Amino acid sequence: MKIHEYQGKEILRQFGVPTPRGRACFSVDEAVAAAEELGGSIWVVKAQIHAGGRGKGGGVIVARTLEDVRNAAGKILGMQLVTHQTGAEGQLVRRLLVEEGAQIAREFYLGMVVDRDSQRVALLASSEGGMEVEEVAKNTPELIHTLRIDPVAGLLDADAAQVARQIGIPEASIAGAVTVLQGLYRAFVEKEAMLAEINPLVLTADGSVLALDAKFNFDSNALFRHPEVVAYRDLDEEDPAEIEASKFDLSYISLDGDIACLVNGAGLAMATMDIIKLYGGNPANFLDVGGGATREKVTEAFKLMLKNPNLSAILVNIFGGIMKCDVIAEGVVAAVREVHLSVPLVVRLEGTNVELGKKILADSGLPIISASDMADAAQKVVLTAKGA
Amino acid sequence: MSILINKNTRVMTQGMTGKVGQFHTMGCLAYANGANCFVAGVTPNKGGQNFEGVPIYGSVLEAKQQSGATVSVIYVPPAYAAAAIDEAVEADLDLVICITEGIPVHDMIRTRYKMQGKRTMLIGPNCPGLITPDEIKIGIMPGHIHKKGRIGVVSRSGTLTYEAVGQLSALGLGQSSCVGIGGDPINGMKHVDILRLFNDDPETDAVVMVGEIGGSDEEACARWIKDNMTKPVVGFIAGITAPEGKRMGHAGAIISGGQGGAEDKLSVMEECGIHITRNPAEMGRVMQKVLKG
Repeated sequence: MKIHEYQGKEILRQFGVPTPRGRACFSVDEAVAAAEELGGSIWVVKAQIHAGGRGKGGGVIVARTLEDVRNAAGKILGMQLVTHQTGAEGQLVRRLLVEEGAQIAREFYLGMVVDRDSQRVALLASSEGGMEVEEVAKNTPELIHTLRIDPVAGLLDADAAQVARQIGIPEASIAGAVTVLQGLYRAFVEKEAMLAEINPLVLTADGSVLALDAKFNFDSNALFRHPEVVAYRDLDEEDPAEIEASKFDLSYISLDGDIACLVNGAGLAMATMDIIKLYGGNPANFLDVGGGATREKVTEAFKLMLKNPNLSAILVNIFGGIMKCDVIAEGVVAAVREVHLSVPLVVRLEGTNVELGKKILADSGLPIISASDMADAAQKVVLTAKGA
Repeated sequence: MSILINKNTRVMTQGMTGKVGQFHTMGCLAYANGANCFVAGVTPNKGGQNFEGVPIYGSVLEAKQQSGATVSVIYVPPAYAAAAIDEAVEADLDLVICITEGIPVHDMIRTRYKMQGKRTMLIGPNCPGLITPDEIKIGIMPGHIHKKGRIGVVSRSGTLTYEAVGQLSALGLGQSSCVGIGGDPINGMKHVDILRLFNDDPETDAVVMVGEIGGSDEEACARWIKDNMTKPVVGFIAGITAPEGKRMGHAGAIISGGQGGAEDKLSVMEECGIHITRNPAEMGRVMQKVLKG
């Protein structure tokens, strides 16, 4: 689960990480009032959306007068902000962060991630802050320093200081950097994050170390013990189809193709998308109905797939294990009757009670195209999609 | 032979009395030698009772001492599952298979740390389990799709493993053992650990290896195969069409050095001599071709 920058900074401050002073705002007037209250002579007005790359897209404006703040807020609030992470349609900006400006001397990158290989939390740090960090990793990997943190000992003073020196923090500011690194690590572990980034981390003219940005992605499996993190959830930032899916315990991700697929199991669902592509089609979604799909779940899954305006065909691919093919077939038949299916439907069933399942589909009198295996299913669905 | 488990393996079930545990325990008891293999259940506060004739003990240690079980399968709910693994490791079991899906990742980091230097092997979590056809099934896979034979199967996924097994069985290619290692970021045995065992198993002739996007386990395994494996391996990676960054942001891509995409994995696997296919419907047929030479 992702949160906004201003929320991430609230968390960082709880763990002793200094950030610029700022206010979250929902209107232009609020933004101006926030700037007045913060005082000073320079402010930064920042679009709050969950995607990165906001600056390049025009979502971050530096203001030197209150009138500038008003203009900047007016420009950013309500804009469709397009960044490399939003897709071409962009994301509507509904919230702003107004912050006091910082006197930036240098910018750094800090990241933290659950590292599969070492099975530890890994700290990533680089002297090349504020940039597209993927580019730094690709072109100059030697500029990224990685520290895999012992989960019992935690992030030790000496290790944190060494990382700070490696990325070029001056000696006088090492203590401040250690505070930031250790605060970030404690926040990461205590709030159970999967990913965190401070990009840029800045060294100011007076030598203090500040988090100018904050990005967090939390482990959705651990949210049950973090109501304070769940309270940060902003449904406006999530795909409505994915929210709808999660209500019914369906795992759904929208893609940009026209062939919807309904599958049990994440691996098989990905493989189904792959084989649609392999036979010349384009998958419209990832949809895993899980191990215990009921008739209701299958019906909801069909409703979700049919909401896609680009839809030209649907492929159901089920390998029944715990889930019995006859149960899924009944679910498919009931769903098709309820939703008045308007596109061709190809169904491939395999596994437990497969013959019974195929019989239910055949006896239904519905125009369901039956497939014998995955390749047959993919070929048929791509063909019918092109004919549609 | 087979790898990890056979008809003589004695198993305890942690979380046997929950709804999920009961359901799958019935399935495991009914498969092949299951009634002799599944000898104990563990549920705190229910020691002394039994389920389907299988005695229940209050702790893993007690179950081990009383029943002789050296392997455990876990269906405990996600919030308590890591602690259940810890208990099995503390009791010095040979092998723990954790089926539970949705364990918080920071719990697994601590559990894996505690497992350092211990001899207990872990399969999973978030996996279908493992099976040696016609001998024993430990987990949630449908037993009837399997056929006894000489092909090993290892996979990170559940139903995609069944897909591979189904294709092999349909072509008359039986399996020595099939192992689902699970799809979580922090887990126990990796592809390479299972490949090592298959390589040493005289009753395995070839292996189907099914991977997914993310991490670099498949690449590491491919390099090991290139240098060590004496048997042919057929490989498939799911997720060629999966959008980038949907699961993880920047830092995930950096830590793997920009690797972890399906095409990257497939090209490393191909370079290392694995017979790859980009078509998930062709895993069985590619294996058939490889065996015919």
